[in-house]
Formats: sequence, structure tokens, C-alpha cells
Amino acid sequence: MPTALDELFIKVRAENRAALIAYVPAGFPTLQGCKKVIKAFVDGGVDAIEIGFPYSDPVMDGPTIQAAATKSLEQGTSASDVLDALKTATDLGVAAVVMTYWNPIERFGVDAFAQAIADNGGSGVITPDLTIEESERWITATDSASINRIYVVAPSTTDARLPLVTKQCGGFIYAASLMGVTGTRAAVSSGAPDLVARIKKVSNLPISVGLGVSTREQAKSVAGYADGVIVGSAFINKLLDAPDEESGLEEVKKLTQELAKGVREGR
Amino acid sequence: MTIDQSEILGHFGPYGGRFVPEALIGALDELAAAHILAQQDPTFVAELNHLHATYTGRPSIITEAKRFAEHAGGARIILKREDLNHTGSHKINNVLGQALLTKRMGKKRIIAETGAGQHGVASATAAALMGLDCVVYMGEEDTKRQSLNVARMKLLGAQVVPVTSGSRTLKDAINEAMRDWVTNVESTHYLLGTVAGPHPFPTMVRDFHKIIGEEAREQVLELTGRLPDAVLACVGGGSNAIGIFHRFISDAGVRLIGLEAGGDGVETGRHAATITGGTMGVLHGTRSYVLQDKNGQTIESHSISAGLDYPGVGPEHAYLHDIGRAEYRAITDAEAMEAFSLLSKTEGIIPAIETAHALAGAIKVGKELGPEAILLINLSGRGDKDVQTAAQYFGIPL
Repeated sequence: MPTALDELFIKVRAENRAALIAYVPAGFPTLQGCKKVIKAFVDGGVDAIEIGFPYSDPVMDGPTIQAAATKSLEQGTSASDVLDALKTATDLGVAAVVMTYWNPIERFGVDAFAQAIADNGGSGVITPDLTIEESERWITATDSASINRIYVVAPSTTDARLPLVTKQCGGFIYAASLMGVTGTRAAVSSGAPDLVARIKKVSNLPISVGLGVSTREQAKSVAGYADGVIVGSAFINKLLDAPDEESGLEEVKKLTQELAKGVREGR
Repeated sequence: MTIDQSEILGHFGPYGGRFVPEALIGALDELAAAHILAQQDPTFVAELNHLHATYTGRPSIITEAKRFAEHAGGARIILKREDLNHTGSHKINNVLGQALLTKRMGKKRIIAETGAGQHGVASATAAALMGLDCVVYMGEEDTKRQSLNVARMKLLGAQVVPVTSGSRTLKDAINEAMRDWVTNVESTHYLLGTVAGPHPFPTMVRDFHKIIGEEAREQVLELTGRLPDAVLACVGGGSNAIGIFHRFISDAGVRLIGLEAGGDGVETGRHAATITGGTMGVLHGTRSYVLQDKNGQTIESHSISAGLDYPGVGPEHAYLHDIGRAEYRAITDAEAMEAFSLLSKTEGIIPAIETAHALAGAIKVGKELGPEAILLINLSGRGDKDVQTAAQYFGIPL
């Protein structure tokens, strides 16, 4: 059975545009504040939401998301809070996934985590540090729960390895635009179109590009060659920089609206 | 050449493997291949052996600690003197090996993490020797605790980056080094300092340290005419322990005993005894024992010894523990400092505080086994770097 994420990409492909996927860690800026951020994403016209499971040792994340994760963990954000945030998003009618490093999944219980994602209306899980070689239990668990496994591929992923990884993906393939960690960049790496072109040779799955996207112009540019545009740090910066929560949420909504225009202007 | 699949993936039973961003897979594959090829290449082996003979100071000697032994049940206590290596610890064995591999891979820059500074100093040393750029990540807390080693690294030409994220200690220095590596992987080799991390690090770092046990086994046989009853070493990440254990794994009668940092006592929760007090989990790219909470968040470790202050442990140790081939015990800060003082005063050898954990273990095991027993202890490092900490601990004014 197709997930909400699968259906989203059928829809956006029919509309000849890219999807806008917004990221926020659960429990950031606060447990309740996170739910308001999710609402602001939806009000701003987001297509899908990625709920981050804040983790103590996030090696793929730059300073912005690290700071957000630290702030969230200081408030004691737990697995159930992550699932709660996921449900908040799916209850608002958008496709939603969880992005998490592997250890929290293993600690929760691999089968139980996959099932909990499904039970809360989630479409799948992005696992940035899970290699396909270590995925046996995860593949069984996600198949059984009928959710998407989303792996991240990088510009350094070889042509020989690319089909092995993408074959295990569902929902979309997460293409890291550059060699590096999350965070806003002045320009989206020129490596992104090359990577997307290489993926297209081995897979028909939708491809979403993340790492370094923060503006309408960048979203427009990525939407020219990818099916989805993932934005994270730019939203967190808005929230971290705002004088108060209310104005931060307003900024998030405005940025979402801008980016939503960008993903419709790319082609 | 065919390679066994489990060797490619680097598993030790359920432990080990690779849990890393896809961006690093190419570099890890390249490194694993370079390591395997180098081991089979007589030129590489000769070059490393030459460096060990003319630079490290290998083979390191053994010293029988007779006066110390009087406090350890009268058992014969034999110290493998890795503290006499250039830079003052076993760390140089691995660093020289990996630095040579870095050159073979055509990379010009190494990055390293360090806790106490021993691995950072060794890395900076190898970089100076081989003309490589070197950046060392060190938790901001540790740069304050170990300011002397920060100065040493700078004198050797390395750049030291204080890490201000997370708990600002070794675990966060590793996170920051991995972020650097993800970003600069084409030009840079991550010279990881212990037998943890993603494959091939646990296997490769062990291979560069196993010379410790190979030498010691011969030396003990020559001195005593038989194998030791037990081999003891301190365990943080576990590199010096696996180095001395490895040659003895097939000697079924030799007990292998790892001494973890018990901090204030494992029961207090303030410790770094990962196997004794942790649970199975994934940290820094490998599955092993981890100090973690119910949500899988890493718990900060505590130890008077910066070099053992790590909430993870090498996967091979986790496996040796589970199959019952090695034992792991916790030594408290107080026990370690007592042994530190004892070795200093009975043998004229000031050990690293890390190493003092192994010596405290020897006192206990010696008393258990009695005067007929022979214990081999890896004296993994010297205590020069710890003079300030020890002086404070014992109330000696500086």
C-alpha cells in the first residue's frame, strides 16, 4: 500500500513541480513550540515534514541543528515526544517522516519503532548513519510496518554502489547536495545536479535534495532537477534568531511560503 | 585475492560494522583496502619496522616489578614498557602505521581526536615526521585540563581545535573530527586513535598495536620459561589492551583482564566503565557497549583519567567479553591513584593515570592468584602529562 509520501510524489510529479520538505527536531524550540512550528509549516504550504529525533552525537549535522538538538534534549525530549510530533504533523494532513540516527531506533526496538511510525501516521524514516550492510533487521521491520526506508546518498557514492543503496529506498532518495554536514550555504553545491543525474540512471524513485538550501532562489534552482527540496537549518536559524516565539513562528511561515513558491518555479 | 565477507564488514559477533553517513563509505573502503594491501607488502612492513626500530624505540623492554609485587600478593609482576616509546605511550604504534597509510593513499592532511592529548601528540609527531598537515580536535574541557599537551601539539606544528559542542570532551572531539572528515574526505585521512569507530578502524588499529603482545609473549617466555597466568591492561576505547591481548587470545590458559575506569564507582553512575556498566548500542560508527539512557542518548562518562573518559569501547572487547574470553572489571579513581602512587614509590616509574587502572587491577588479581602467579601488565603510558592532576589529587603544592 502506498504511503502518504508515495502519494505526495505522484501528485507533485503530475503537477510538474517539486515538493517542499521542511525539517524540525522534535522538542525544538520546546515540546509545545515544535507543534506550533509544524502548524506554521502547514499554514505556509509545506508538502511534507521531517521530524528530527534529537540525538546526543549527531555527526551529520552542522552547528545549527546541533544547537537545536541540544536545546531539545535539555528539555528531556524522548522517543514518545518524537512520535507525538510526528502525529501532530500527520493529523494536519501532510505526509511526515522521522529523521533519526540509528542508535535511538535500536534502543527503542527495531520492529517496535517501525510499527510506531506507522501507528502515528508516519510514512517512513530517514536514517543518515545506517548503511545498507547493517540494514537486515530494519528492512524486515519496515516491510512489515509498510513504511518507507529513506537512505541518504552522497556525491562520493560510487556508481557501483548507488543502485545497491537506492534499491533499498522507498518514498524518495535523499541526495546530499555536497560533501559535508547540514547547514545553510551561500550557494547549493554544483555537485547536486550531477548526483541527481547519476541517481536517475539507476532508479525511478523521486529524488529529494538536502544540505545547504535556504532561499526561494535556491529552492527554485533545485526544483529544476529534483523531485523534492529539503530545508532544515534555515528554519532553525529563524527560530533561534527571533526575539520571541511568536515572531519566530511568523518568520517560519513566511519562509515556508517563499520556499513553496520556489519549488513551483523551477521548471 | 578473496576477502571473507565478515572481514569486509568488520564484525565481531554482533558488534562492529559500519554506522556512518554514506559520504564516508568510499573513504572507509579505500582505507580497508590500503590496510590489507599494506600488510601484504614487504616494503610497507619493512618501512614500519624500520621506523619502530629507529624512531619509536621498539622492541619495548619488559621490567619485573619486584617491590611493587610485594603489594600484589607476591605474584610476579612483569611490566611491558610502552611508556618508554617515543611520545610516551603505546599510541605511536598506531599513529606511525596510519600515517604511512595516509601517504600511500596520496592524502596530505590528517585529522585526529584526542582526550588526554596522548593520541593528539602522537599524531602531531607523525605528521611532523612525514610532512603532513595535522588538525587535532580536542574538547574544550580537555584543552584546559591538559594545557601542556596542547602546547606540545602546537610546538609540533599541529593546529588544535577546541570543541565546544556537547559535553566538550573526547566524545565530542570525535563527533567534530567525523564532521571534518565528511567534509574533507578527499584530501584528508581521519587518524582515529583507538580500536573503535567504523570498520576498518577496530581491526586496523589492533593490527598496528598487536606488536605489543607479540613482543611481550616472547619476552615473558624468555624471562620465566612459561606463559603468564593473566594479561592485564586498562580499557577506555581499548587500543593498548587489544594490542597486548591479541597474541594471547589463542593461549586458552592465559586470562585476559581489562580494567575499566570506574570513576566514583559504577554504582554511582559517575564512571566510564562501558562494558561493566553499559548496554549494547551504536556510537561513533560501531556497535558495541555504550553508556546510554533509555532513549539511546549517550550518557557522559566520568573518570579522573582523560584517556579513559569515553562512553564507548572497541567492539572486539565487547565480543571477547560476551564469549567469555576476556574479563572486564572496574577500578575506581581512588584505587587507580593508589596504584599510581605505589608504582611511583616502589619502582621509580610514574605511570599514566590510565595505566594506573591496570596496575590497580594487578594488585587485586595478584592477591587472588597468589605468589605462584605471573602477571603481565601493559604499562601503556608514562605519567609526565598527569603530574598536575596527581599533584592536585595528593595535595602537593605546585
